[in-house]
Amino acid sequence: MARMKFLCDADRCIECNACVTACKNEHEIPWGINRRRVVTLNDGKPGERSVSMACMHCTDAPCAAVCPVNCFYTTADAVVLHSKDLCIGCGYCFYACPFGAPQYPKVGNFGSRGKMDKCTFCAGGPEADGSKEEYEKYGANRLAEGKLPLCAEMCSTKSLLAGDGDVIAQIYKERVSRRGYGSGAWGWQTAYHETIAT
Amino acid sequence: MARLSAAIRTIAGVLAFCCVMAFAAPAPTLAQDNPNASAVKEQQLLNQLKVIQGRGTIPDAKSYVLEHPAGRDWRYFHTVTLKWIGGVSILGMLALLILFYLWRGRIPIEEGRSGRKITRFTGFERFVHWLTASTFVILGITGLNITFGRALILPWLGPNAFSAWSEWAKYSHNYLSFAFTLGVVLMFLMWIGQNFPTAADVEWLKRGGGMFTKKHGGHPPAYKFNAGQKLLYWFVVLGGGAMMVTGYVLMFPFYGGLTVGNMELAEIFHGIVGVVFVAMILAHIYIGTLGMEGAFESMGEGTVDVNWAKEHHPLWVDEALAEQRDPKGPGLVTSTPAE
Repeated sequence: MARMKFLCDADRCIECNACVTACKNEHEIPWGINRRRVVTLNDGKPGERSVSMACMHCTDAPCAAVCPVNCFYTTADAVVLHSKDLCIGCGYCFYACPFGAPQYPKVGNFGSRGKMDKCTFCAGGPEADGSKEEYEKYGANRLAEGKLPLCAEMCSTKSLLAGDGDVIAQIYKERVSRRGYGSGAWGWQTAYHETIAT
Repeated sequence: MARLSAAIRTIAGVLAFCCVMAFAAPAPTLAQDNPNASAVKEQQLLNQLKVIQGRGTIPDAKSYVLEHPAGRDWRYFHTVTLKWIGGVSILGMLALLILFYLWRGRIPIEEGRSGRKITRFTGFERFVHWLTASTFVILGITGLNITFGRALILPWLGPNAFSAWSEWAKYSHNYLSFAFTLGVVLMFLMWIGQNFPTAADVEWLKRGGGMFTKKHGGHPPAYKFNAGQKLLYWFVVLGGGAMMVTGYVLMFPFYGGLTVGNMELAEIFHGIVGVVFVAMILAHIYIGTLGMEGAFESMGEGTVDVNWAKEHHPLWVDEALAEQRDPKGPGLVTSTPAE
């Protein structure tokens, strides 16, 4: 099994937000929840870069470590998923997450945040693959259909890469050596405790 | 001739342009070669700021934080440090209490019961105490569940039942906090007059409250509250206050521009004060029930035996008796009629 990862080539991202829209549409995400987002650094200044960010499906995921009800699990593809049936909406995973990935359907008055929602790497949840229940709770399960996450598939500049970590690292390395520069794999050190030498 | 000079001028001009370009060109070419020269670097930003923040296009301002690796430190606190602090303080306190009980036994009323009762706590005082106490027990258990439940209860309750229980525990924790807050505020106002330190407290503390001697008359005198009770009072008021502030921050997350770092800090304070609070209250429960003869009835019925009062709070008894002799004062001491 592959070790699935995301990689955003910040030198290519044009902040078009197609990944965000693709994600929202594919999984019918309600208003107020953003499984994926684009953050622009140094906006309007020389050296501005945009990075598309979602759950990075960390190695030894912090969300899973702090969850008081142990609702997270890691698939054979190293995708970090969770069970909305077990989630109690305490909000701790958001405090532990280095990438701000966990989202809650309610604002949080009196601790009623609702069930946490986050990027599933288009891999659904614990329900049967492709079932109606799975779709309603977690969105589409593209991985079970042999497809990769839609955000990366739809990326207009192929900045966002999703798939086998070794393969996308190789693609990124080749890009960097061809064009002669690269600002690195954002978030990899934090998420996977490794980075791509460029 | 004119044509020739024009041609020379053109050639000279082109040459001059080329010369200028030859000198001027390298700089822009270099910049184009590396458009990354001024680009933001992840590691540099993390080293400088500990958090990478930018601009986003969705209303949720929290989402503008791109990376916040400090979540890892908080994770370590929550999964390791807090468990140690909680385990050591709560189990340590239980162990101390058991050792103390084995050595000292139940502290008796040395003179035996006199049969005469003196009013120690009014109905309102007892109501406030039990309001605070009952909510504290629930808050304590449901709070400990968040930190220790996954390791201690989940394995034998199973994931579904444990989640159901934890969700109810969370709601009880959140909603009962208001009753607890009311209790602590009333307690603060009700007893503050009797909880300022006095000279008697210094003496009481020097002698360890008479707890560590078995000889008769070892009890240092105290007013209505002894130094230990005063310390507990101030811990409940200040620690309870800290629990309320951090608890409401956690209950209303990110209000008023709080960042994820602030939320983590609130959880750290809430966790540490919480487990120490539980440990302190364990000692309080012990000495108020099992550990001392004649103590529980003060909060149970509101009256205590006069001999108990004279042994533990003689200065308060003097005050109470002085009020008793005052015709305008309330009748505090009552005798059980002879049968």
